[in-house]
Amino acid sequence: MEPLSNKRKLIEVKPLNFWERAYLPAIAQGLSITMKHFFKKDVTIRYPEQKREFSENFRGLHSLKRDEQGRERCTACGLCALSCPAEAITMIAGERQEGEENLYREEKYAAVYEINMLRCIFCGLCEEACPKEAIYLDGDIVPTDFTRKDFIYGKDKLVEPPLNQ
Amino acid sequence: MQLTDLIIKLVLVLVIFAISLVVAMYSTYAERKVAAFLQDRVGPNRAGPFGILQPLADGAKMFMKEEIIPTRASGFLFVVGPSLAIMTACIGSAVIPWGPQMQIGSRIIDLQVTDINVGILYIFGVVSLGVYGIMIGGWASNNKYSLLGAIRAASQSISYEISMGLSIIALLMLTGTLSLKEIAEQQHGLHWNVWYQPLGFLIFMICAFAETNRSPFDLPECETELVGGYHTEYSSMKLGFYLFAEYINMFVSSAVMATLYWGGYNYPGMDWVAAHVGPTIAPIVGVIVLFAKIFAFIFFFMWVRWTIPRFRYDQLMHLGWKKLIPLAIANIVLTGVIATLIKHFA
Repeated sequence: MEPLSNKRKLIEVKPLNFWERAYLPAIAQGLSITMKHFFKKDVTIRYPEQKREFSENFRGLHSLKRDEQGRERCTACGLCALSCPAEAITMIAGERQEGEENLYREEKYAAVYEINMLRCIFCGLCEEACPKEAIYLDGDIVPTDFTRKDFIYGKDKLVEPPLNQ
Repeated sequence: MQLTDLIIKLVLVLVIFAISLVVAMYSTYAERKVAAFLQDRVGPNRAGPFGILQPLADGAKMFMKEEIIPTRASGFLFVVGPSLAIMTACIGSAVIPWGPQMQIGSRIIDLQVTDINVGILYIFGVVSLGVYGIMIGGWASNNKYSLLGAIRAASQSISYEISMGLSIIALLMLTGTLSLKEIAEQQHGLHWNVWYQPLGFLIFMICAFAETNRSPFDLPECETELVGGYHTEYSSMKLGFYLFAEYINMFVSSAVMATLYWGGYNYPGMDWVAAHVGPTIAPIVGVIVLFAKIFAFIFFFMWVRWTIPRFRYDQLMHLGWKKLIPLAIANIVLTGVIATLIKHFA
Protein backbone atom coordinates (compact mmCIF):
# COMPACT_ATOMS: atom_id res chain seq x y z
CA MET A 1 0.00 0.00 0.00
CA GLU A 2 1.13 3.51 -0.77
CA PRO A 3 2.07 5.23 2.49
CA LEU A 4 -0.09 8.27 3.22
CA SER A 5 2.86 10.22 4.52
CA ASN A 6 6.54 9.57 4.83
CA LYS A 7 6.33 9.79 8.61
CA ARG A 8 5.95 6.05 8.98
CA LYS A 9 8.86 4.46 10.74
CA LEU A 10 9.56 0.75 10.87
CA ILE A 11 10.43 -0.33 14.38
CA GLU A 12 12.83 -3.17 14.64
CA VAL A 13 12.25 -5.48 17.60
CA LYS A 14 15.65 -6.73 18.60
CA PRO A 15 15.92 -9.90 20.66
CA LEU A 16 17.22 -9.20 24.15
CA ASN A 17 20.91 -9.82 24.64
CA PHE A 18 22.32 -11.89 27.49
CA TRP A 19 22.58 -9.09 30.05
CA GLU A 20 19.10 -7.85 29.29
CA ARG A 21 17.73 -11.35 29.77
CA ALA A 22 19.70 -11.80 32.99
CA TYR A 23 17.46 -9.04 34.46
CA LEU A 24 19.92 -8.16 37.20
CA PRO A 25 21.59 -5.15 35.50
CA ALA A 26 18.15 -3.69 34.92
CA ILE A 27 17.33 -4.18 38.60
CA ALA A 28 20.57 -2.46 39.59
CA GLN A 29 19.66 0.43 37.32
CA GLY A 30 16.20 0.67 38.87
CA LEU A 31 17.66 0.58 42.36
CA SER A 32 20.01 3.43 41.52
CA ILE A 33 17.09 5.49 40.22
CA THR A 34 15.05 5.00 43.39
CA MET A 35 18.14 5.76 45.48
CA LYS A 36 18.48 9.09 43.71
CA HIS A 37 14.94 9.90 44.83
CA PHE A 38 15.81 8.88 48.39
CA PHE A 39 18.02 11.95 48.73
CA LYS A 40 15.74 14.31 46.82
CA LYS A 41 13.85 17.03 48.65
CA ASP A 42 10.25 16.02 49.24
CA VAL A 43 7.51 18.03 47.58
CA THR A 44 4.95 17.63 50.37
CA ILE A 45 3.20 20.69 51.79
CA ARG A 46 2.47 19.84 55.44
CA TYR A 47 -1.09 21.08 55.16
CA PRO A 48 -2.60 22.38 58.37
CA GLU A 49 0.65 24.07 59.43
CA GLN A 50 1.73 25.07 55.97
CA LYS A 51 -0.64 26.36 53.30
CA ARG A 52 -0.27 26.73 49.60
CA GLU A 53 -1.14 30.23 48.38
CA PHE A 54 -4.56 30.55 46.74
CA SER A 55 -4.85 32.06 43.30
CA GLU A 56 -6.29 35.58 43.08
CA ASN A 57 -9.69 34.47 41.78
CA PHE A 58 -10.07 31.60 44.25
CA ARG A 59 -13.63 31.26 45.53
CA GLY A 60 -13.84 29.98 49.08
CA LEU A 61 -16.07 30.47 52.07
CA HIS A 62 -18.68 33.24 51.78
CA SER A 63 -18.63 36.32 53.92
CA LEU A 64 -21.42 38.89 54.38
CA LYS A 65 -19.85 42.32 54.25
CA ARG A 66 -20.35 45.45 56.30
CA ASP A 67 -20.11 49.01 55.01
CA GLU A 68 -17.66 51.76 56.14
CA GLN A 69 -19.69 52.39 59.29
CA GLY A 70 -19.88 48.75 60.24
CA ARG A 71 -23.51 48.21 59.19
CA GLU A 72 -24.61 45.05 57.41
CA ARG A 73 -24.94 45.65 53.70
CA CYS A 74 -27.42 42.86 52.99
CA THR A 75 -31.02 43.93 52.47
CA ALA A 76 -32.47 40.45 52.02
CA CYS A 77 -33.55 41.12 48.46
CA GLY A 78 -33.17 37.44 47.67
CA LEU A 79 -31.32 37.85 44.37
CA CYS A 80 -28.48 35.64 45.55
CA ALA A 81 -30.88 32.87 46.51
CA LEU A 82 -32.60 33.26 43.15
CA SER A 83 -29.37 33.11 41.22
CA CYS A 84 -27.99 30.17 43.15
CA PRO A 85 -27.97 27.11 40.81
CA ALA A 86 -27.57 24.72 43.74
CA GLU A 87 -30.33 26.33 45.81
CA ALA A 88 -28.03 26.54 48.77
CA ILE A 89 -29.10 29.93 50.11
CA THR A 90 -32.18 30.66 52.21
CA MET A 91 -33.07 33.80 54.05
CA ILE A 92 -35.82 35.42 56.07
CA ALA A 93 -36.14 39.18 55.86
CA GLY A 94 -36.72 41.40 58.86
CA GLU A 95 -37.72 45.07 59.26
CA ARG A 96 -35.28 47.44 60.89
CA GLN A 97 -36.62 48.84 64.15
CA GLU A 98 -36.02 52.26 65.70
CA GLY A 99 -32.50 52.48 67.09
CA GLU A 100 -31.02 49.77 64.91
CA GLU A 101 -29.72 52.20 62.29
CA ASN A 102 -26.16 51.50 63.32
CA LEU A 103 -26.62 47.77 62.69
CA TYR A 104 -28.32 47.60 59.29
CA ARG A 105 -27.79 49.95 56.39
CA GLU A 106 -31.28 49.80 54.88
CA GLU A 107 -34.77 49.46 56.29
CA LYS A 108 -34.90 45.77 55.49
CA TYR A 109 -32.29 43.25 56.54
CA ALA A 110 -31.73 39.50 56.64
CA ALA A 111 -32.93 38.20 59.99
CA VAL A 112 -31.85 34.70 59.04
CA TYR A 113 -29.34 34.00 56.33
CA GLU A 114 -28.22 30.42 55.79
CA ILE A 115 -25.98 28.75 53.24
CA ASN A 116 -25.79 25.00 53.03
CA MET A 117 -22.10 24.34 52.37
CA LEU A 118 -22.81 20.80 51.21
CA ARG A 119 -25.03 22.13 48.41
CA CYS A 120 -22.92 25.13 47.47
CA ILE A 121 -20.80 24.60 44.37
CA PHE A 122 -18.77 27.81 44.86
CA CYS A 123 -19.69 29.14 41.42
CA GLY A 124 -19.77 32.77 42.59
CA LEU A 125 -23.12 33.63 40.98
CA CYS A 126 -24.45 35.01 44.31
CA GLU A 127 -21.52 37.39 44.35
CA GLU A 128 -22.34 38.53 40.82
CA ALA A 129 -26.07 38.85 41.50
CA CYS A 130 -25.75 40.93 44.65
CA PRO A 131 -26.69 44.60 43.96
CA LYS A 132 -25.38 45.75 47.36
CA GLU A 133 -21.90 44.19 47.23
CA ALA A 134 -22.84 42.34 50.35
CA ILE A 135 -21.59 38.82 49.68
CA TYR A 136 -18.13 37.74 48.57
CA LEU A 137 -16.54 34.30 48.30
CA ASP A 138 -13.22 35.50 49.65
CA GLY A 139 -12.73 33.07 52.54
CA ASP A 140 -10.80 29.89 53.15
CA ILE A 141 -11.66 26.27 52.30
CA VAL A 142 -14.77 25.04 54.15
CA PRO A 143 -13.55 23.08 57.19
CA THR A 144 -14.62 19.51 57.85
CA ASP A 145 -17.33 18.53 60.30
CA PHE A 146 -19.16 15.46 61.54
CA THR A 147 -22.87 16.00 60.87
CA ARG A 148 -24.79 17.40 57.94
CA LYS A 149 -26.57 20.04 59.93
CA ASP A 150 -23.25 21.55 60.98
CA PHE A 151 -22.63 22.45 57.37
CA ILE A 152 -25.56 24.85 57.27
CA TYR A 153 -23.79 28.12 58.05
CA GLY A 154 -25.86 30.87 59.64
CA LYS A 155 -25.16 34.56 60.12
CA ASP A 156 -22.93 33.81 63.11
CA LYS A 157 -20.38 32.28 60.81
CA LEU A 158 -21.00 34.30 57.65
CA VAL A 159 -21.13 37.95 58.72
CA GLU A 160 -17.86 39.82 58.92
CA PRO A 161 -16.76 40.74 62.43
CA PRO A 162 -17.71 44.31 63.42
CA LEU A 163 -15.26 47.05 62.53
CA ASN A 164 -14.30 48.26 65.97
CA GLN A 165 -13.24 44.84 67.20
CA MET B 1 22.87 -27.52 83.89
CA GLN B 2 23.17 -25.19 86.82
CA LEU B 3 20.52 -22.74 87.90
CA THR B 4 22.62 -19.70 86.88
CA ASP B 5 23.07 -21.12 83.39
CA LEU B 6 19.34 -21.61 83.16
CA ILE B 7 18.69 -18.02 84.23
CA ILE B 8 21.24 -16.70 81.75
CA LYS B 9 19.60 -18.66 78.93
CA LEU B 10 16.18 -17.45 80.00
CA VAL B 11 17.31 -13.84 79.98
CA LEU B 12 18.90 -14.35 76.57
CA VAL B 13 15.70 -15.85 75.19
CA LEU B 14 13.60 -12.98 76.53
CA VAL B 15 16.01 -10.36 75.22
CA ILE B 16 16.14 -11.88 71.75
CA PHE B 17 12.37 -12.26 71.70
CA ALA B 18 11.88 -8.65 72.74
CA ILE B 19 14.46 -7.42 70.23
CA SER B 20 12.92 -9.30 67.34
CA LEU B 21 9.47 -7.95 68.22
CA VAL B 22 10.74 -4.38 68.52
CA VAL B 23 12.70 -4.68 65.29
CA ALA B 24 9.61 -6.04 63.54
CA MET B 25 7.51 -3.23 64.98
CA TYR B 26 9.88 -0.56 63.81
CA SER B 27 10.30 -2.30 60.46
CA THR B 28 6.70 -1.35 59.71
CA TYR B 29 7.60 2.26 60.49
CA ALA B 30 10.84 2.02 58.51
CA GLU B 31 8.99 0.48 55.58
CA ARG B 32 6.62 3.42 55.39
CA LYS B 33 9.40 5.95 55.83
CA VAL B 34 11.63 4.29 53.21
CA ALA B 35 8.71 4.07 50.81
CA ALA B 36 7.97 7.74 51.37
CA PHE B 37 11.56 8.85 50.85
CA LEU B 38 11.92 6.77 47.70
CA GLN B 39 8.79 8.44 46.35
CA ASP B 40 9.70 12.03 47.36
CA ARG B 41 7.17 12.05 50.18
CA VAL B 42 7.40 12.54 53.96
CA GLY B 43 5.80 9.41 55.41
CA PRO B 44 4.17 9.14 58.84
CA ASN B 45 5.04 12.29 60.81
CA ARG B 46 2.12 12.95 63.14
CA ALA B 47 2.49 10.50 66.03
CA GLY B 48 5.38 11.86 68.05
CA PRO B 49 8.51 13.51 66.61
CA PHE B 50 9.06 12.24 63.04
CA GLY B 51 6.13 9.88 63.62
CA ILE B 52 8.28 7.70 65.85
CA LEU B 53 5.25 6.50 67.84
CA GLN B 54 3.39 5.37 64.72
CA PRO B 55 3.97 1.61 65.36
CA LEU B 56 2.44 1.96 68.84
CA ALA B 57 -0.57 3.76 67.40
CA ASP B 58 -0.92 1.06 64.75
CA GLY B 59 -0.68 -1.65 67.38
CA ALA B 60 -3.33 0.00 69.53
CA LYS B 61 -5.54 0.34 66.47
CA MET B 62 -5.11 -3.34 65.63
CA PHE B 63 -6.14 -4.36 69.15
CA MET B 64 -9.14 -2.02 69.20
CA LYS B 65 -10.57 -3.12 65.86
CA GLU B 66 -13.61 -5.34 65.71
CA GLU B 67 -12.70 -8.97 65.29
CA ILE B 68 -14.62 -10.59 62.49
CA ILE B 69 -14.73 -14.34 61.95
CA PRO B 70 -16.79 -15.13 58.84
CA THR B 71 -19.71 -17.49 59.53
CA ARG B 72 -18.66 -19.80 56.74
CA ALA B 73 -15.08 -19.96 57.97
CA SER B 74 -13.72 -22.87 59.93
CA GLY B 75 -13.51 -21.29 63.38
CA PHE B 76 -10.67 -23.26 64.96
CA LEU B 77 -8.32 -23.26 61.97
CA PHE B 78 -9.08 -19.59 61.38
CA VAL B 79 -7.41 -18.83 64.71
CA VAL B 80 -4.66 -21.42 64.32
CA GLY B 81 -3.42 -19.88 61.06
CA PRO B 82 -2.08 -16.54 62.35
CA SER B 83 -0.91 -18.12 65.62
CA LEU B 84 1.20 -20.62 63.71
CA ALA B 85 2.54 -17.91 61.43
CA ILE B 86 3.75 -15.73 64.29
CA MET B 87 5.07 -18.69 66.30
CA THR B 88 7.23 -20.11 63.52
CA ALA B 89 8.48 -16.61 62.76
CA CYS B 90 9.58 -16.13 66.38
CA ILE B 91 11.40 -19.43 66.94
CA GLY B 92 13.67 -19.06 63.92
CA SER B 93 16.06 -16.75 65.74
CA ALA B 94 17.00 -19.38 68.36
CA VAL B 95 20.10 -20.72 66.58
CA ILE B 96 21.56 -17.47 65.33
CA PRO B 97 24.86 -16.57 67.01
CA TRP B 98 24.42 -12.92 67.95
CA GLY B 99 28.02 -12.40 69.03
CA PRO B 100 31.25 -14.10 70.06
CA GLN B 101 31.59 -15.59 73.54
CA MET B 102 31.29 -13.01 76.26
CA GLN B 103 33.33 -13.18 79.46
CA ILE B 104 31.83 -11.70 82.62
CA GLY B 105 34.08 -12.31 85.57
CA SER B 106 35.13 -15.95 85.21
CA ARG B 107 31.95 -17.01 83.47
CA ILE B 108 31.87 -17.48 79.69
CA ILE B 109 28.52 -16.82 78.05
CA ASP B 110 27.50 -17.83 74.56
CA LEU B 111 25.48 -15.11 72.88
CA GLN B 112 23.34 -17.74 71.23
CA VAL B 113 20.25 -19.43 72.63
CA THR B 114 21.24 -22.88 71.48
CA ASP B 115 23.99 -24.25 69.26
CA ILE B 116 22.33 -27.07 67.36
CA ASN B 117 24.91 -28.92 65.27
CA VAL B 118 22.44 -28.90 62.36
CA GLY B 119 21.49 -25.25 62.85
CA ILE B 120 20.97 -24.53 59.16
CA LEU B 121 18.58 -27.44 58.80
CA TYR B 122 16.67 -26.15 61.83
CA ILE B 123 16.28 -22.77 60.16
CA PHE B 124 15.11 -24.42 56.96
CA GLY B 125 12.62 -26.52 58.88
CA VAL B 126 11.17 -23.53 60.72
CA VAL B 127 10.99 -21.43 57.56
CA SER B 128 9.12 -24.13 55.69
CA LEU B 129 6.74 -24.56 58.64
CA GLY B 130 5.91 -20.89 58.25
CA VAL B 131 3.96 -21.61 55.10
CA TYR B 132 1.53 -23.75 57.14
CA GLY B 133 0.28 -20.64 58.89
CA ILE B 134 -0.51 -19.03 55.55
CA MET B 135 -1.93 -22.23 54.07
CA ILE B 136 -4.21 -22.95 57.03
CA GLY B 137 -5.36 -19.34 57.25
CA GLY B 138 -6.14 -19.20 53.54
CA TRP B 139 -7.96 -22.50 53.64
CA ALA B 140 -9.98 -21.78 56.77
CA SER B 141 -11.21 -18.42 55.42
CA ASN B 142 -13.49 -20.22 52.94
CA ASN B 143 -12.85 -17.52 50.36
CA LYS B 144 -11.53 -18.10 46.87
CA TYR B 145 -9.06 -15.23 46.98
CA SER B 146 -7.63 -16.42 50.28
CA LEU B 147 -7.34 -19.93 48.95
CA LEU B 148 -5.61 -18.75 45.78
CA GLY B 149 -3.17 -16.73 47.87
CA ALA B 150 -2.49 -19.69 50.12
CA ILE B 151 -1.91 -22.05 47.20
CA ARG B 152 0.45 -19.56 45.64
CA ALA B 153 2.36 -19.24 48.90
CA ALA B 154 2.71 -23.00 49.23
CA SER B 155 3.89 -23.68 45.70
CA GLN B 156 6.17 -20.66 45.74
CA SER B 157 7.94 -21.62 48.91
CA ILE B 158 8.33 -25.24 47.81
CA SER B 159 9.87 -24.11 44.53
CA TYR B 160 12.28 -21.67 46.08
CA GLU B 161 13.30 -23.87 48.99
CA ILE B 162 14.97 -26.24 46.52
CA SER B 163 17.32 -23.68 45.04
CA MET B 164 17.86 -22.21 48.50
CA GLY B 165 18.97 -25.61 49.77
CA LEU B 166 21.19 -26.16 46.74
CA SER B 167 22.85 -22.79 47.18
CA ILE B 168 23.56 -23.69 50.81
CA ILE B 169 25.19 -27.00 49.80
CA ALA B 170 27.96 -25.16 47.96
CA LEU B 171 28.54 -23.12 51.12
CA LEU B 172 28.62 -26.23 53.28
CA MET B 173 31.26 -27.78 51.02
CA LEU B 174 33.54 -24.92 52.02
CA THR B 175 32.65 -24.67 55.70
CA GLY B 176 32.33 -28.39 56.42
CA THR B 177 29.82 -27.82 59.21
CA LEU B 178 26.09 -27.18 59.63
CA SER B 179 26.46 -25.37 62.94
CA LEU B 180 25.84 -21.65 62.60
CA LYS B 181 28.18 -20.93 65.49
CA GLU B 182 31.13 -22.63 63.77
CA ILE B 183 30.28 -21.02 60.44
CA ALA B 184 30.32 -17.62 62.11
CA GLU B 185 33.64 -18.38 63.84
CA GLN B 186 35.26 -19.45 60.57
CA GLN B 187 34.60 -16.04 59.03
CA HIS B 188 36.93 -14.30 61.48
CA GLY B 189 38.03 -10.82 60.44
CA LEU B 190 37.25 -10.33 56.78
CA HIS B 191 37.20 -14.01 55.68
CA TRP B 192 33.55 -13.66 54.83
CA ASN B 193 31.92 -16.43 52.85
CA VAL B 194 30.49 -14.01 50.32
CA TRP B 195 33.96 -13.55 48.76
CA TYR B 196 34.09 -17.29 48.03
CA GLN B 197 30.41 -17.79 47.23
CA PRO B 198 29.11 -14.67 45.43
CA LEU B 199 26.82 -16.64 43.12
CA GLY B 200 25.59 -18.78 46.00
CA PHE B 201 24.79 -15.64 47.98
CA LEU B 202 22.88 -14.14 45.06
CA ILE B 203 20.75 -17.27 44.70
CA PHE B 204 20.22 -17.48 48.45
CA MET B 205 19.13 -13.86 48.63
CA ILE B 206 16.66 -14.17 45.75
CA CYS B 207 15.20 -17.24 47.45
CA ALA B 208 15.04 -15.40 50.77
CA PHE B 209 12.95 -12.72 49.07
CA ALA B 210 10.62 -15.42 47.82
CA GLU B 211 10.48 -17.26 51.15
CA THR B 212 9.52 -14.14 53.09
CA ASN B 213 6.86 -13.26 50.47
CA ARG B 214 8.50 -9.95 49.80
CA SER B 215 8.17 -7.99 46.60
CA PRO B 216 8.91 -8.84 43.76
CA PHE B 217 7.69 -12.27 44.91
CA ASP B 218 4.72 -11.11 46.99
CA LEU B 219 2.19 -13.01 44.91
CA PRO B 220 0.46 -14.64 47.91
CA GLU B 221 -0.88 -11.25 48.98
CA CYS B 222 -0.89 -9.56 45.60
CA GLU B 223 -3.42 -6.73 46.22
CA THR B 224 -4.03 -6.03 42.56
CA GLU B 225 -5.48 -9.42 41.75
CA LEU B 226 -6.31 -11.21 45.01
CA VAL B 227 -7.84 -8.41 47.13
CA GLY B 228 -5.53 -9.18 50.08
CA GLY B 229 -4.38 -12.70 49.30
CA TYR B 230 -4.43 -15.19 52.16
CA HIS B 231 -5.39 -12.58 54.77
CA THR B 232 -8.38 -11.14 52.90
CA GLU B 233 -10.85 -12.28 55.57
CA TYR B 234 -8.71 -11.38 58.56
CA SER B 235 -9.20 -8.35 60.74
CA SER B 236 -7.99 -6.92 64.02
CA MET B 237 -4.92 -8.45 65.70
CA LYS B 238 -5.11 -11.67 63.69
CA LEU B 239 -4.34 -9.61 60.60
CA GLY B 240 -1.72 -7.85 62.70
CA PHE B 241 -0.08 -11.20 63.46
CA TYR B 242 0.18 -12.07 59.78
CA LEU B 243 1.74 -8.74 58.92
CA PHE B 244 3.98 -8.93 61.97
CA ALA B 245 5.11 -12.46 61.08
CA GLU B 246 6.23 -11.18 57.69
CA TYR B 247 8.44 -8.55 59.31
CA ILE B 248 9.89 -10.97 61.86
CA ASN B 249 10.65 -13.36 59.00
CA MET B 250 12.41 -10.53 57.24
CA PHE B 251 14.48 -9.85 60.36
CA VAL B 252 15.40 -13.52 60.82
CA SER B 253 16.29 -14.08 57.19
CA SER B 254 18.42 -10.93 57.23
CA ALA B 255 20.19 -12.32 60.29
CA VAL B 256 20.70 -15.68 58.54
CA MET B 257 22.09 -14.03 55.41
CA ALA B 258 24.41 -11.87 57.49
CA THR B 259 25.61 -14.89 59.47
CA LEU B 260 26.04 -17.31 56.60
CA TYR B 261 27.57 -15.02 54.00
CA TRP B 262 28.50 -11.62 55.41
CA GLY B 263 30.58 -12.67 58.36
CA GLY B 264 27.97 -12.43 61.13
CA TYR B 265 29.47 -10.54 64.06
CA ASN B 266 32.94 -10.48 62.47
CA TYR B 267 34.49 -7.30 61.18
CA PRO B 268 37.99 -6.28 60.09
CA GLY B 269 40.12 -5.22 63.05
CA MET B 270 38.15 -7.23 65.59
CA ASP B 271 41.31 -8.67 67.16
CA TRP B 272 42.65 -5.21 67.78
CA VAL B 273 39.34 -4.16 69.37
CA ALA B 274 39.22 -7.33 71.49
CA ALA B 275 42.77 -6.72 72.73
CA HIS B 276 41.99 -3.14 73.71
CA VAL B 277 38.53 -3.19 75.27
CA GLY B 278 38.62 -6.60 76.89
CA PRO B 279 36.51 -9.77 76.56
CA THR B 280 33.35 -8.23 78.03
CA ILE B 281 32.90 -5.21 75.78
CA ALA B 282 34.29 -6.69 72.54
CA PRO B 283 31.35 -9.10 72.02
CA ILE B 284 28.96 -6.19 72.39
CA VAL B 285 30.74 -4.42 69.53
CA GLY B 286 30.33 -7.66 67.56
CA VAL B 287 26.59 -7.69 68.29
CA ILE B 288 26.33 -4.09 67.10
CA VAL B 289 28.17 -4.97 63.90
CA LEU B 290 25.82 -7.89 63.28
CA PHE B 291 22.81 -5.66 63.82
CA ALA B 292 24.21 -3.06 61.45
CA LYS B 293 24.45 -5.77 58.79
CA ILE B 294 20.92 -6.96 59.57
CA PHE B 295 19.50 -3.46 59.28
CA ALA B 296 21.34 -2.98 56.01
CA PHE B 297 19.66 -6.11 54.69
CA ILE B 298 16.25 -5.02 55.95
CA PHE B 299 16.76 -1.70 54.21
CA PHE B 300 17.69 -3.58 51.04
CA PHE B 301 14.51 -5.65 51.28
CA MET B 302 12.49 -2.43 51.43
CA TRP B 303 14.51 -0.68 48.76
CA VAL B 304 13.84 -3.57 46.38
CA ARG B 305 10.16 -3.64 47.30
CA TRP B 306 9.64 -0.03 46.26
CA THR B 307 11.64 -0.41 43.05
CA ILE B 308 10.72 -3.61 41.26
CA PRO B 309 7.26 -4.56 40.03
CA ARG B 310 5.81 -7.94 40.92
CA PHE B 311 6.52 -11.03 38.84
CA ARG B 312 3.78 -12.74 36.89
CA TYR B 313 3.07 -16.16 38.34
CA ASP B 314 4.46 -18.16 35.40
CA GLN B 315 7.55 -15.95 35.39
CA LEU B 316 8.03 -16.73 39.06
CA MET B 317 7.91 -20.46 38.40
CA HIS B 318 10.10 -20.08 35.34
CA LEU B 319 12.74 -18.24 37.36
CA GLY B 320 12.58 -20.70 40.24
CA TRP B 321 12.68 -23.97 38.34
CA LYS B 322 14.44 -23.20 35.07
CA LYS B 323 16.96 -20.56 36.11
CA LEU B 324 17.82 -20.74 39.80
CA ILE B 325 17.99 -24.52 40.24
CA PRO B 326 20.38 -25.14 37.29
CA LEU B 327 22.40 -22.14 38.41
CA ALA B 328 22.61 -23.48 41.95
CA ILE B 329 23.71 -26.91 40.69
CA ALA B 330 26.32 -25.29 38.46
CA ASN B 331 27.51 -23.37 41.52
CA ILE B 332 27.95 -26.62 43.45
CA VAL B 333 29.96 -28.18 40.61
CA LEU B 334 32.07 -25.06 40.19
CA THR B 335 32.76 -24.83 43.91
CA GLY B 336 33.75 -28.49 44.05
CA VAL B 337 36.09 -28.27 41.06
CA ILE B 338 37.80 -25.08 42.23
CA ALA B 339 38.14 -26.27 45.81
CA THR B 340 39.71 -29.55 44.63
CA LEU B 341 42.09 -27.76 42.26
CA ILE B 342 43.20 -25.35 44.97
CA LYS B 343 43.74 -28.18 47.43
CA HIS B 344 45.67 -30.12 44.75
CA PHE B 345 48.01 -27.36 43.63
CA ALA B 346 48.45 -25.32 46.77
